[in-house]
Amino acid sequence: MSVIGVEGEERNDFTKAESKQVRARSLRLLGSLLRPLRLRLWLTMLVVLVSTAAQVAGPALIGFGIDRGLPALLDGDWLPVGFAGVAYLLTAASGALLIAWYIRLSTRISQAVLLDLRTRVFLHTQKLSLEFHESYTSGRIISRQTSDLDAIRELLDEGINQLVRGVLYMSFTAIALVLLDWTSALVLLGALIPLTVLTRWFQVRSQKLFRQSRVASAKLIVHFVESMTGIRAVQAFRKERRNEKAYGELVEDYRDVNARVIQLFGIYDPGLLLIGNACVAAVLVVGGFRVVEGELAIGLLLSALLYTKRFFDPIEDMAMFYNGYQSAASALEKISGVLEEEPSVPEPRHPVDLWKASGHVRFEAVEFAYTKDRVILPRFDLDVPAGQTIALVGSTGAGKSTLAKLLARFYDPSDGVVELDGIDLRSLHPKDLRRAIVMVTQEAYLFSGSVADNIALGKPDASYDEIVRAAKAVGAHEFIESLPNGYDTDVNKRGGRVSAGQRQLISFARAFLANPAVLILDEATSSLDIPSERLVQEGLTTLLADRTAVIIAHRLSTVAIADRVLVMEQGRIVEDGAPSDLIGGSGRFAALHAAWRDSLV
Amino acid sequence: MSATPHNTDHPAERTSAVRALFRLREYARPALPAIAAGMGASLASQLIALSIPQVLQAVVDGPLSDGDASAIWPLAGLVFGLGVLEAVMIALRRWFVLTPGTKVEASMRNALYAKLQDLPVSFHDRWPSGQLLSRAMSDLGLIRRWLSFGLVLLVVNLIVIVVGLGILISMNWMLGVVFLVCSIPLWIVGFRFEGRYSEVSRRSQDQAGDLATAVEESVHGIRVLKAFGRGKHALSSFRVRAESLRRTEIEKARLEASIWAWIILVPAVALAGCLVLGVWLASQGVLTVGELVAFFATATVLAWPIESIGFLLAFSLDARTATDRFFDILDSENAITDPERRVSVEQPLGELAFSGVRFRYQDAPERFGDLLDGIDLVVEPGETMALVGLTGSGKTTLTALTTRLYDVTGGSITLDGVDIRALSREELRTHIAMAFEDATLFSASVRENVLLGRPEFGEGDPALAAEAERVLDEALSIAQASFVYDLPDGVDTKVGEEGMSLSGGQRQRLALARAVAASPSVLVLDDPLSALDVATEARVEAELRRVLASTTALIVAHRPSTVLLADRVALLEEGRITAVGTHSELLRENEHYAFVISSLEDEVRREAAEASDLLVTDAAESSDPIESEAAEHTSTETGPIEREEANR
Repeated sequence: MSVIGVEGEERNDFTKAESKQVRARSLRLLGSLLRPLRLRLWLTMLVVLVSTAAQVAGPALIGFGIDRGLPALLDGDWLPVGFAGVAYLLTAASGALLIAWYIRLSTRISQAVLLDLRTRVFLHTQKLSLEFHESYTSGRIISRQTSDLDAIRELLDEGINQLVRGVLYMSFTAIALVLLDWTSALVLLGALIPLTVLTRWFQVRSQKLFRQSRVASAKLIVHFVESMTGIRAVQAFRKERRNEKAYGELVEDYRDVNARVIQLFGIYDPGLLLIGNACVAAVLVVGGFRVVEGELAIGLLLSALLYTKRFFDPIEDMAMFYNGYQSAASALEKISGVLEEEPSVPEPRHPVDLWKASGHVRFEAVEFAYTKDRVILPRFDLDVPAGQTIALVGSTGAGKSTLAKLLARFYDPSDGVVELDGIDLRSLHPKDLRRAIVMVTQEAYLFSGSVADNIALGKPDASYDEIVRAAKAVGAHEFIESLPNGYDTDVNKRGGRVSAGQRQLISFARAFLANPAVLILDEATSSLDIPSERLVQEGLTTLLADRTAVIIAHRLSTVAIADRVLVMEQGRIVEDGAPSDLIGGSGRFAALHAAWRDSLV
Repeated sequence: MSATPHNTDHPAERTSAVRALFRLREYARPALPAIAAGMGASLASQLIALSIPQVLQAVVDGPLSDGDASAIWPLAGLVFGLGVLEAVMIALRRWFVLTPGTKVEASMRNALYAKLQDLPVSFHDRWPSGQLLSRAMSDLGLIRRWLSFGLVLLVVNLIVIVVGLGILISMNWMLGVVFLVCSIPLWIVGFRFEGRYSEVSRRSQDQAGDLATAVEESVHGIRVLKAFGRGKHALSSFRVRAESLRRTEIEKARLEASIWAWIILVPAVALAGCLVLGVWLASQGVLTVGELVAFFATATVLAWPIESIGFLLAFSLDARTATDRFFDILDSENAITDPERRVSVEQPLGELAFSGVRFRYQDAPERFGDLLDGIDLVVEPGETMALVGLTGSGKTTLTALTTRLYDVTGGSITLDGVDIRALSREELRTHIAMAFEDATLFSASVRENVLLGRPEFGEGDPALAAEAERVLDEALSIAQASFVYDLPDGVDTKVGEEGMSLSGGQRQRLALARAVAASPSVLVLDDPLSALDVATEARVEAELRRVLASTTALIVAHRPSTVLLADRVALLEEGRITAVGTHSELLRENEHYAFVISSLEDEVRREAAEASDLLVTDAAESSDPIESEAAEHTSTETGPIEREEANR
């Protein structure tokens, strides 16, 4: 098993070499995201360095004020205490301003990284073939682009801030303490031992618990969303009580793991405080004796105490950073996997333009297979002259849709060539390919927006009149007019109250508006009632008069408008001829047609 | 469309935040003692923290100025002891609220879920599931954190600030007042910041939601985007949203940056002032050095509670919004409830009658009439009735009324003469089972999905296991869903969101099997065969005919083949049933029916057939053998190939 692309994404038993490979991949991605920003990164580092140093200077200045300012003032000299006060004010002010600058700089960087990454993932998923989308499922690709990106955003927004500021703050505090009084610094050094042990324990436990908590919340969310989107079935089949029980169990699991996470903080947090307080007491003892001996000024002791106390402030945040880092790292691993996937239907390197397509389609020695031993379409040839209307007939799984998808270049053939007007589809410029060949599928997806917007997807610069004309041509005009706001009605919630048949009519209008040279209809009329289907067919006879068309339909009524019928079985074209010839014959189509006619009445 | 729900949850008149949050008490009551205990522990810990500087003062003014080294030990021991005690109190504060807090969250979550499942479909039509989800997850999490930390700290910190300022002023009133006065701007800035920040952060949440929608659509609609080559178009709308989110995030950072600057600057100004003043006071002999040290140590301890007030107020306002959003749902009135005095139909015969049934969707514009405008129809026990009408005529709506997914807005529906509103919903839905056109499968095994209407089989009663197996097999065979046996784990294969994705036709067959397996008195099927190919459809019909012989059924039909399953056909036209009769009668006598159900070519055919008057009997009798023959021709090997499709 390899870990290239999205393979092995769900596994958590990577070998050393594999983890290395995956980690290298995400680091490469991170590097490529940060490289254009490196100047700004350096600037940000500099700003945070100076601002933290300014902040750390505070306690030393207070100590200075007491030790030097007080005696001087007793002598009537305001200078040292004035200096301490003004310096305190200035360092704090510059620290504050620099911190503000730093927050803005770092947000700009993290937002630039996010925007770049978002766009890359979006573009790449759009480029990936349907084959990839079908096997990877929409849920996963959406969570790559939402929750995984959120994990990275959280790390960039909060985590890095906390880490950089925390590390600098702690090291500056430690340095200041060493400079002021290295004996106290030794005490602090001693405290590092229990601190490290405690923090390590916390990291290991919390990493495990956070993972469990994410799993528990994901389960809770899936169950919740499924019950809410399937509420009709839930209520109709009295699933409420059973759901409540199942959901209640998931809620309890989630509560339990959450409680354990909180408990972990309940130990870690007081633990840190305890170490900090003990340290303060120790510094007091060590410093106190020296003050008595006259080796240390009182102000210095106060500074040392304040530094010791402050040293522990950012630790909890930094321990949290580790968790954020973990989830962001695994998110980055998955995202880099998706980006590593090569589109199996790549864009041509040297695209050929085809400004005006006539619609002559040719399959030459085409074979389609997922793997060597799973051949879906064995080698075949097919020539469709421009303007011909073809009906593809056969049972579910006979390969009709696959053939149609090859023609629409949703898939590329494993062998052989599909040509439009003599140009291999693989080298045809995408803009020309999509303008020339349009496929309408059974599942008529509507995007949020108005009905008019959805039709206009076929031709973004279409005028309102053109949109209405397209709707009229397929018989969708009447029902659209009867919607609350006519063509401006919002089709929210995946089509909302627009019925399945009406959705198909809208997607037909969309295809009509696109006005392609080759039109592929894959079960595009299955949910229409008979009068609508009849209207669509009337529209089709004019629409298809001068263009190439491939029609797949279970209902054979469509065959009436076809010039030629292809019967498919197990991936092979077993009959090919004019409809009247085939009906008159004794082949499969004749039998099929007879059965269908009987089913009508 | 009327106002969307998320626009209506900020009513113009907002009740006070305190009163809104006070509503939480119904759920928080069991945790109140724990919260009070947590406050006690927290207060203790902070007071201890405040007392440590007093000890420091004693050290500085005592042994350090006297040079009495022996006194250092006990005082340092005291500092250590207080430090330990502070840590213990913090641990206790967390420990007290831990379990009760999470239990409150869990009970609210369960209550929300139960309420949502109880609310009628019309409610869910208005509320996108994302809106509901954010309430169930992040809002409730926020409320829990507020109850166990926010509320506790708000109360305690206010006390500590008062006590701390008292200490500072008692040490030296001048220093104390300087510190207090200099801290006031922070409160003002903090509170104003909260208003602007929460507005921006709400906007950023909305924009993140829009962006997620754009992502979702670009993935779900990938076929359309690819088919029309509109990837650029989708990208540009995605870019616009991502860009506006970025701008909002930067605006948010700007606000955050300014509040941070204030938070650092204000106490610093206060301390700088105190430093100069304090040193001067010490030089005048008003203040001892120890007192000065203690003053700074206390001020440092107080810095955090003071800084935190702004944040805690913001937190409380967020919690209030979350509480409002929670009660938005809990307060939603459920118009479809169980009757107070229930009637029961013990052994239903299955007579389903509609009398004067009217219905309109709540958000339909005034200018449109009722969608169903006085439906009168009786489906006799054991009878199969087909419901025919144009797309959008209200057939699906009519079927949804039978199980009270929606309630009629006029007239009544009766089952064996009993108004369905007099039955409990549970009982009604036991008697009537439905299959929907868009088949919903849940993330569970095929078995559980098909036996959804038979909860008694799900309890693992071994006595019922054999019966369950029989019902399952029979339902699957009726629905021609034998493909499930070829799935990786057979009938135990997980399907739905988290499981294997099935094709539309496969899902539809499972939904049909589910309705059949429920073995109801009345079966309501909404165009149950639309996604099937002709051969499979024919086989399903043959099997269904057997089941329907003994069951009352109402079937929405688009195709003549489906209509043939029915004893009688009802024609739905402009909100009324305009004709009821057999298929052949209606075909002969009703022009609209002929228009709706027959395609172009069989009009020609019918004309020819009418001449010989043999149409109906001929077609009905001869259809079976030919269909099954056709089925043999076309259906060879469909199983394995479909399995391959499912496997991909």
